[in-house]
Amino acid sequence: MSGDSEEPTDNGDLPKQGLKGPRPEERPHPEGRRNSHGVRIDPEVEAEPRKRSAVISALVENEPGVLSRVSGLFSRRQFNIESLTVGPTTVDGHARITLVVEETDAGIDQVKKQLAKLKPAIAVGELGNDAVRAELVLLKVRGDEPDKVHAITQMYEGQTLDAGPRTITVQITGDQQKIDDAVDAFRQFGIIEIARTGQTALARGDTPTTPDEDPGHEAAANSSATEQQTTPQTTPTTDDD
Amino acid sequence: MSEPATPKADRAEENPDDPPADGAERDMSAEPSDEQPDDGADRAPVTTGAQSVVRALENAGVETAFGVQGGAIMPVYDALYDADVRHVTMAHEQGAAHAADAYGVVKGEPGVCLATSGPGATNLVTGIADANMDSDAVLALTGQVPSHMVGSDAFQETDTMGVTTPITKHNYFAGDADTVGDTVGEALSLAGAGRPGPTLVDLPKDTTLGETEREPGEGRLPDTYSPADEADEADVEAAARAFEAAERPVLLLGGGVVKGNACEAAREFAVEHGVPVVTTMPAIGAFPEDHDLSLSWAGMHGTGYANMAITHTDLLVAVGTRFDDRLTGGVDTFAPEAEVVHADIDPAEISKNVYADYPLVGDAGTVFEQLSEAVGSSPDTAAWREQCATWKDEYPMDYATPDDEPLKPQFVVEALDAATADDTIVTTGVGQHQMWAAQYWTYTSPRTWVSSHGLGTMGYGLPAAIGARLAADDDQQVVCVDGDGSFLMTLQELSVAVREELDITVAVLNNEYIGMVRQWQDAFFEGRRMAAGYDWCPQFDKLAEAFGAKGWTVDDYDEVADAVEEALAYDGPSVIDFHVDPGANVYPMVPSGGANGKFALTEDQL
Repeated sequence: MSGDSEEPTDNGDLPKQGLKGPRPEERPHPEGRRNSHGVRIDPEVEAEPRKRSAVISALVENEPGVLSRVSGLFSRRQFNIESLTVGPTTVDGHARITLVVEETDAGIDQVKKQLAKLKPAIAVGELGNDAVRAELVLLKVRGDEPDKVHAITQMYEGQTLDAGPRTITVQITGDQQKIDDAVDAFRQFGIIEIARTGQTALARGDTPTTPDEDPGHEAAANSSATEQQTTPQTTPTTDDD
Repeated sequence: MSEPATPKADRAEENPDDPPADGAERDMSAEPSDEQPDDGADRAPVTTGAQSVVRALENAGVETAFGVQGGAIMPVYDALYDADVRHVTMAHEQGAAHAADAYGVVKGEPGVCLATSGPGATNLVTGIADANMDSDAVLALTGQVPSHMVGSDAFQETDTMGVTTPITKHNYFAGDADTVGDTVGEALSLAGAGRPGPTLVDLPKDTTLGETEREPGEGRLPDTYSPADEADEADVEAAARAFEAAERPVLLLGGGVVKGNACEAAREFAVEHGVPVVTTMPAIGAFPEDHDLSLSWAGMHGTGYANMAITHTDLLVAVGTRFDDRLTGGVDTFAPEAEVVHADIDPAEISKNVYADYPLVGDAGTVFEQLSEAVGSSPDTAAWREQCATWKDEYPMDYATPDDEPLKPQFVVEALDAATADDTIVTTGVGQHQMWAAQYWTYTSPRTWVSSHGLGTMGYGLPAAIGARLAADDDQQVVCVDGDGSFLMTLQELSVAVREELDITVAVLNNEYIGMVRQWQDAFFEGRRMAAGYDWCPQFDKLAEAFGAKGWTVDDYDEVADAVEEALAYDGPSVIDFHVDPGANVYPMVPSGGANGKFALTEDQL
């Protein structure tokens, strides 16, 4: 970049260490700014992007390690994840992963793109607000007042799975709000243990859940099968054998 | 200098064109099998998983592989014994990964490295992570304990899949001798396709020892992988309109332009439309730095004029860059007045760090073709080019060389550049020497700058020079500009350069410090030089001689030219230990997270 290098040159106007040129404060500097997502902003109306909750569905090849690839991606890129559910589909070798993430619009965009980059990912999509969503919760409460527990379980269209002299375990399914309400309602009995599955979801009506997916895809693959598959399949695991 | 290394008799006498000494060919012709594809080669049929692995490499045209032997990978090495693949044993697996990386960069095809399980695999990790950060195509093959022992904490067992998942484009556990060859073929294809990156195949010993007669097919990409080639036409049109209307456009070329072999297309576009060109560090050489339109490279230690240009541009046409923080400085002040056209083959890079007003997802070369076609009229850039020329005058990269101070490292870099041909390949470690090598050497062609950018791996330079040497044309020179600290991290690989009789020149800019740290301590830690002094380094010229290479020590300006000439003339590995000014700092400098336009030219400006 500088000139001839055969001999050291006599360059008296240069600083002994460093380079010459106008100092930083002597240079013109543009006024503009970008926000934390690299978007140019008007300083007058600057506002940090707000986070929102989004449901992402990913159709993946159900190969060993796929879940660890997904969860590892979320931790290493610091994506905020609220829940993750996974299970096989009716197509051999496919699984659907449903994620609820809490991110800004740009963050959600990154989540989708990074998920799609994983080699086992077949299709990735974000579900709209009208999507069909459900979660399941198991609640173990004290068995002191079985009638009251039963009444509240009925109110939430739940089921009693186990009732003993000291504890009662019930199951409630529904959307997140309903589950939150039910948990609140059961607090009066003293919740001993709780297990929530996290949300799983499908797009409503004819809309495909993951965009690049052939809408008839699972039905077509299933047409030869006479009955719905009922055998529980192994969920994807992280072991590599 | 002691005797040059004795050439290895077996290596020297091997000629891949010669028919094998055994009866493989005769057997094949005597008993042709319908099941074996007849590729006309004198290849014995595959009988084991390991042979299938090696056959997959041969099918893909892999000529060279770098690695280190070890228990769990032995079956693969045994299969290499008869293969048309040159294997270069490295002193350390990290060296194998870096050599493969650099080989791939220079050759433009995936480099291949091998290691055994456990420590072999973990030693590769730095090199794999380096390739991942720089999107370099590398295939790593690692041995693994037999499948039935996986998970039992067996001898030399490491969860290589678990360790490498975050730092690979994809990795595979090959549990089946019948399909292992196809898996290797796929991994090799995937490494080089789309946005390149490292892939790894973990090979348990029962797979490689396992019997199979299945010949691997051609390496196929996975069905789920289909990188875009052409950008969306409407997006291209919109970007073209913005470009035509720009007053202060800058073409920012990233490493993707080199990887996509789009440098010629980029140059034509820039010249046709009179657009000043800035590169990122990985793209050094993508555009000739001696061209009028070149502003060299931007970022933390980029030129003042490049940083002024990207600060004041109103349209940044960025191709194949991921807007790394060392390029952008603080995102809030990065190109704050510019609309951004961002072309990248990886959609996840669009708007990841800097918002793209005009996103173009596609291959760099194809996107340049599309843009060239869509742009109707050149923007009027005369005044803007004038401004850039003014900045070039205002912020020259000239440095003082006072007689009463030690040899300046910049002078050494310029002397090396002056003494070598234009197509000379430069490899570096990481630190001050790397920045000087990037700043004061004038690069004019792609794939001549081979360095560790994203990961910043000290010790990259020497193994990279070995890989580059084996990939380069015979008449191309290879120079490793190294630092004392970086050189010390991988200098055992000098033994490999000696054994393989590789003509490389290592120029150590020895300032007896881990210099970039010393520079930061002086600027930001009140000069408390904790663990920064490296005056305990060995005498590198003597060390070179001990390895069987040739060594020089240079202290003064008037010794530089002769030592450089002798070292370059020496046909074999040579090391020049340049004792340079321990107080020299790298400028310009944009402090971490700072504004590019506020680069410091001297320490008091930080």
